[in-house]
Amino acid sequence: MNRKHTIAILVNDQPGVLQRVSGLFGRRGFNIESITVGSSEEPGLSRMVIVTTGDDHTLEQVQKQLYKLIDVIKVIDVSGNPMVGRELGLIKIGAEPSARPEILGIVETFRAAVVDIGPSTLIVQVVGDSEKIDAMIELLKPYGIRELSRTGVTAMNRGFR
Amino acid sequence: MSTQGVTLKSKEELIEKWSKPEVITGSDVLLRSLLLEGAECVFGYPGGAVLYIYDAMHGFTDFQHLLTRHEQGAIHAADGYARSTGKVGVCIATSGPGATNLVTGIATAYMDSVPLVVITGNVATSFIGTDAFQEADIVGITMPITKHSYLVRKAEDLPRIIHEAFHIANSGRKGPVLIDIPKDVSAEKTLFQPVSEVNLRGYNPTVQPNKMQVDKMLRAIEKAEKPVILAGGGVIYSGAHEELYEFVTKTGIPTTTTLLGLGGFPSGNELHMGMPGMHGTYTANTAIQSADLLINIGARFDDRVTMKLKGFAPHAKVVHIDIDPAEIGKNVPTEIPIVGDVKAVLQLANAGAKRADKADAWRAQVSQWKATKPNKYKDSDVVLKPQWVVSMIHETTKGDAIVTTDVGQHQMWAAQYYPLNKPRSWVTSGGLGTMGFGFPSAIGAQMGNPDRTVVSINGDGGMQMCAQELAICAINNIPVKVAIINNQVLGMVRQWQEIIHENRYSHIDLAGSPDFVKLSEAYGVKAFRASNKEEARSAWLEALEHPGPAVVEFVVRKDENVYPMVTAGSTIGEMLMGDSE
Repeated sequence: MNRKHTIAILVNDQPGVLQRVSGLFGRRGFNIESITVGSSEEPGLSRMVIVTTGDDHTLEQVQKQLYKLIDVIKVIDVSGNPMVGRELGLIKIGAEPSARPEILGIVETFRAAVVDIGPSTLIVQVVGDSEKIDAMIELLKPYGIRELSRTGVTAMNRGFR
Repeated sequence: MSTQGVTLKSKEELIEKWSKPEVITGSDVLLRSLLLEGAECVFGYPGGAVLYIYDAMHGFTDFQHLLTRHEQGAIHAADGYARSTGKVGVCIATSGPGATNLVTGIATAYMDSVPLVVITGNVATSFIGTDAFQEADIVGITMPITKHSYLVRKAEDLPRIIHEAFHIANSGRKGPVLIDIPKDVSAEKTLFQPVSEVNLRGYNPTVQPNKMQVDKMLRAIEKAEKPVILAGGGVIYSGAHEELYEFVTKTGIPTTTTLLGLGGFPSGNELHMGMPGMHGTYTANTAIQSADLLINIGARFDDRVTMKLKGFAPHAKVVHIDIDPAEIGKNVPTEIPIVGDVKAVLQLANAGAKRADKADAWRAQVSQWKATKPNKYKDSDVVLKPQWVVSMIHETTKGDAIVTTDVGQHQMWAAQYYPLNKPRSWVTSGGLGTMGFGFPSAIGAQMGNPDRTVVSINGDGGMQMCAQELAICAINNIPVKVAIINNQVLGMVRQWQEIIHENRYSHIDLAGSPDFVKLSEAYGVKAFRASNKEEARSAWLEALEHPGPAVVEFVVRKDENVYPMVTAGSTIGEMLMGDSE
């Protein structure tokens, strides 16, 4: 059965490592829904978080194939255990001054923030799980979305895992 | 064999000579490091980006360098050297086209898990990314077909990188490693200090298996009524042929060896069933389809072995022993996975292995299949049959040669009619199926095994893909014996077009190929042509006795097919038996 998996990969911070990992997904037919990369708790290592869809067999293959890359140190199936997954979205919407109070109401309810106000636009910043950002986008659609940028999910297991 | 008259110094002398810390160029670091890793023979082709490396090689005699006539010849030769010796094969090419000409060879080695260290030059670091003359992103191009790769940015990194590359190439699941050296790095001076330790956090292949899993396998063997062993290239690569022999002898389990596993178990043995799969034996395929226990030892359930997956070994509990955990369960659901080096696994298993007692009736059944359904062909006294040619080569070399093949019908006939009894005697491109591989790989095999007879069996198609390397055989007097089975057609494609595309023969006619005897002679290689049995035997014997390289062209008819055959979409139980019926 296909479902969404969130995988964290600890990799050597080497040139080309992103290409090695993303290339592996591409050529083995594993899909990448989102990918985030940044530094980790250890100097010299980066943490990638990839959201992929597939059945359990695919997930197992993804993990095993990743381990074959010399620059991959550790692969964690984050979604296999309780986790926190967060994404940031920036949404630029058309917002004439008259519409702004209504928009600010939505933003406040979502505990999002307005981070830029232009003559006829606003940039809304929303942080949360992907569903929250999806919902925010839905609500802002009627005002006209000019530009949308999502970071993709970064994630961590809860507690001591 | 007299090659270039190089007397190699003893390893100890060389290590002493080359281990001294000293300020030298990146090129000198490369040569010294290669020597310290045990390189004896390097295959290569110079060019602009490797000028410093070749300059360092000027007058350098501590390992041999063989100048091929095409980079593809160099890498296939390095591959043949590696497969036949178990050591790491090394080749060198320049940037851009030199590097891209290696791609097929890298993919060939990757698919068959062959340890290679592939060295390419690149444009100077300041030119990288500018579309400079002869620039190609070879690290990027080969990422999917290398076990690992390096773009060297500083000469001081070279000793570590080269040491790591050899370690990665020849451990775990073996494979090709690429080292791309920009021109300025090969010229840069640095303090050379040999590296003897490897520190790779992300690379720890599991060698020792989990004993509980091995015990599970042993218990399954005791219960099995119809057990089968499927042994692959892993047996040979881990040097486990003796352990396999002991395991099979102790358990009494009928054994089939894949194309890459040929020689891993003696083919004359009563428990050997031949090769499985598309052109496998009736016995091996039928046994797999009837088995209640299938023990895969170092094979990867390739689609040419399993054919249609749904319906493959339908009654079998599957045990899979592999050093690469990603192979286990990839294609065939596995009840008992055993991750580890085949040799280590079998050593552990042999300590507790017992005879499969419930399988007496099964062994009798397998013997009966073997007796009634051997590989067969209709021989002729009028026309020369390719199967007969292979059998004759087997007989005249006493089954003791190293055999390299190209890809196609002759490859399958060689697998069927040149039964092997020892490992590292069979060099063939199994996974990638690379035409042009057969002949240059024989050159490498001969360089690694100067005291053995090396026979290269080729078709008229594949021979023309790397025929230029006849030159290096002649110049260096490398005494490879080349058989060209000439049916004037791309035989395997013809066979498929006959059987699958209803005799619609499309672009397979190789009429108008050069006269192979004249071609060989043009390169200075002795050559013969034979069109009947008598000529064939006498020409071949003369070729074998000739002290240098020799080519024998065997002219055969074009409409011979390889049987048994399992067509795409069928299970291996559904074989076309053709002439062998």
